[in-house]
Amino acid sequence: MRSVTKRFGGFQALSAVSLRVRQGERFGLIGPNGSGKTTLINCISGTLRTDGGQITFDGHDITTLPPYRRTRLGIARSFQIPKPFVSMTVLENLLIPIEYARQGHHDGVVDEALGILGLMGLAAKAQASSGALTQIEMRKLELARAMAARPKLLVSDEAMAGLSSNEVDDILAILFELNQRGITIIMIEHIMRAVMRFSERIAVLDAGEKIAEGVPDVILADKRVEKAYLGE
Amino acid sequence: MRGHAFLVVAVAVVAAGLAVTRVLDNQYYYFAAYVVLQYVVLATAWNILGGYTGYVNFGTPAFFALGAYTAVVLIRWVKAPLGLQLVAGAIIAGLLGLALGYLTLRLRGVFFSIATLALAVVLQTMFINWEYTGGARGTSLVRPATAPLFGSYVQFLFVVMLGLAVLAVATAWWIERSWIGRGLAAIRDNEEAAECMGVPTLKLKLVATTVSGVLMGLAGAPFPYYVTFVEPTSVFDLNYAVNSLAMPMIGGTTTWMGPVIGAVLLGTAQQIATVTISSALNLLLVGLILVAFVILAPEGIVGLVQRLARPRAERTRRSGP
Repeated sequence: MRSVTKRFGGFQALSAVSLRVRQGERFGLIGPNGSGKTTLINCISGTLRTDGGQITFDGHDITTLPPYRRTRLGIARSFQIPKPFVSMTVLENLLIPIEYARQGHHDGVVDEALGILGLMGLAAKAQASSGALTQIEMRKLELARAMAARPKLLVSDEAMAGLSSNEVDDILAILFELNQRGITIIMIEHIMRAVMRFSERIAVLDAGEKIAEGVPDVILADKRVEKAYLGE
Repeated sequence: MRGHAFLVVAVAVVAAGLAVTRVLDNQYYYFAAYVVLQYVVLATAWNILGGYTGYVNFGTPAFFALGAYTAVVLIRWVKAPLGLQLVAGAIIAGLLGLALGYLTLRLRGVFFSIATLALAVVLQTMFINWEYTGGARGTSLVRPATAPLFGSYVQFLFVVMLGLAVLAVATAWWIERSWIGRGLAAIRDNEEAAECMGVPTLKLKLVATTVSGVLMGLAGAPFPYYVTFVEPTSVFDLNYAVNSLAMPMIGGTTTWMGPVIGAVLLGTAQQIATVTISSALNLLLVGLILVAFVILAPEGIVGLVQRLARPRAERTRRSGP
């Protein structure tokens, strides 16, 4: 993406942010609260229209495409606050992206959905109502549903916020496994231990601007990043 | 219910209706049954947008009246037959649904509902001021005395409305089972998540508003011949907005059966109350029953039955933490 800009009224949420994420990469996106991380991924997934700049994905210019078209091209996301389809079972939740994001795949969809649930450790909950899940199960459902769209790029928005340290390891293992299967992953996260361990490269946002980008060790040593998080 | 079983039941219902017209002669029953069936159509149409998609529409009178006025215009203009009135009423009301969808795309929740309420008010004002259809005074129409193959025209209208009710329910039944229905349910549960899972939310919402509009227009088109006198206050009556919302809520909004059960129960109760007590009691009756259901069984009769039928062990497990 090149010089992506987003304003909310007079507030500049993103000013000319440029990022390049390579295929198959594990990319971390960090920054203090209100620095524009979620705005940026809303621009990537299409929930928000950019006010300037260009976003390309896999050779397509997707800057003006509606979200559902981007999903069909291979961009899936999980939400910071889980948004399950509560009137459906866990299994039915997965059938929506299988049916809609990848049209024309109608044989063995249930088996495929069960396979994804197995990978996530949710197989036992397939027939449970998605509204009755625990926090960690809902986070896993978010990831499972994104996986069901069979994405090339998965954007994980704070999938681990509020989870215990064991549960964080659980989710991390899943994300590593997905990356092994060739999926590019952008991880937005506050839990430093997780991002540092997971990411090959990291970009840091502060007040809508990219202030640093590089491998985890360089980011940790960066004075500007320290200042953004801890102040003077 | 499976496809062929549903078809058999649908054909049986129409056949039974036809058979009744051969035996029963009391015209009152046809008048009353027509109204109940009309509500089956309206409630089912409302439920496609309100129940399946989660967009609460207070504008039923707008679509119903547009269907009725389309018929009035066609009768006055070219003495069009009922079939043409139905088709034209469906198309015009469907276009209104499509327009409503386009104009209110960005509105969600209560704001959408307010817009639909405004739509009904705007249309009513237009028809009050349109002289061709009689303005505020309304217009009288002469109903054909008889219909071919039927003794009286009212019996014929009853069978037509029965056919429309079956058509409406079949449409809802099909949507519920198709990819459209699953997409609409995803929109109802969480529109943003649905869009990000590849669901074309805008297109599906337009399908829902249009189909709902078409069916409401169909319910309104035979109305001029049924009452033989059309004026704005009666076709834009609050009754249509309240009933078409209350009936699915009472019956249950997630299946095609809900609106049918709600419309038959509530519609029949209203007809009985009109004859035995007073016609003014109708809305009070609906209001009280609706309040009772919202508090005691918010998932409607269908949901209530499902809940009670579920094994006890599972119920207690689900209600646990």
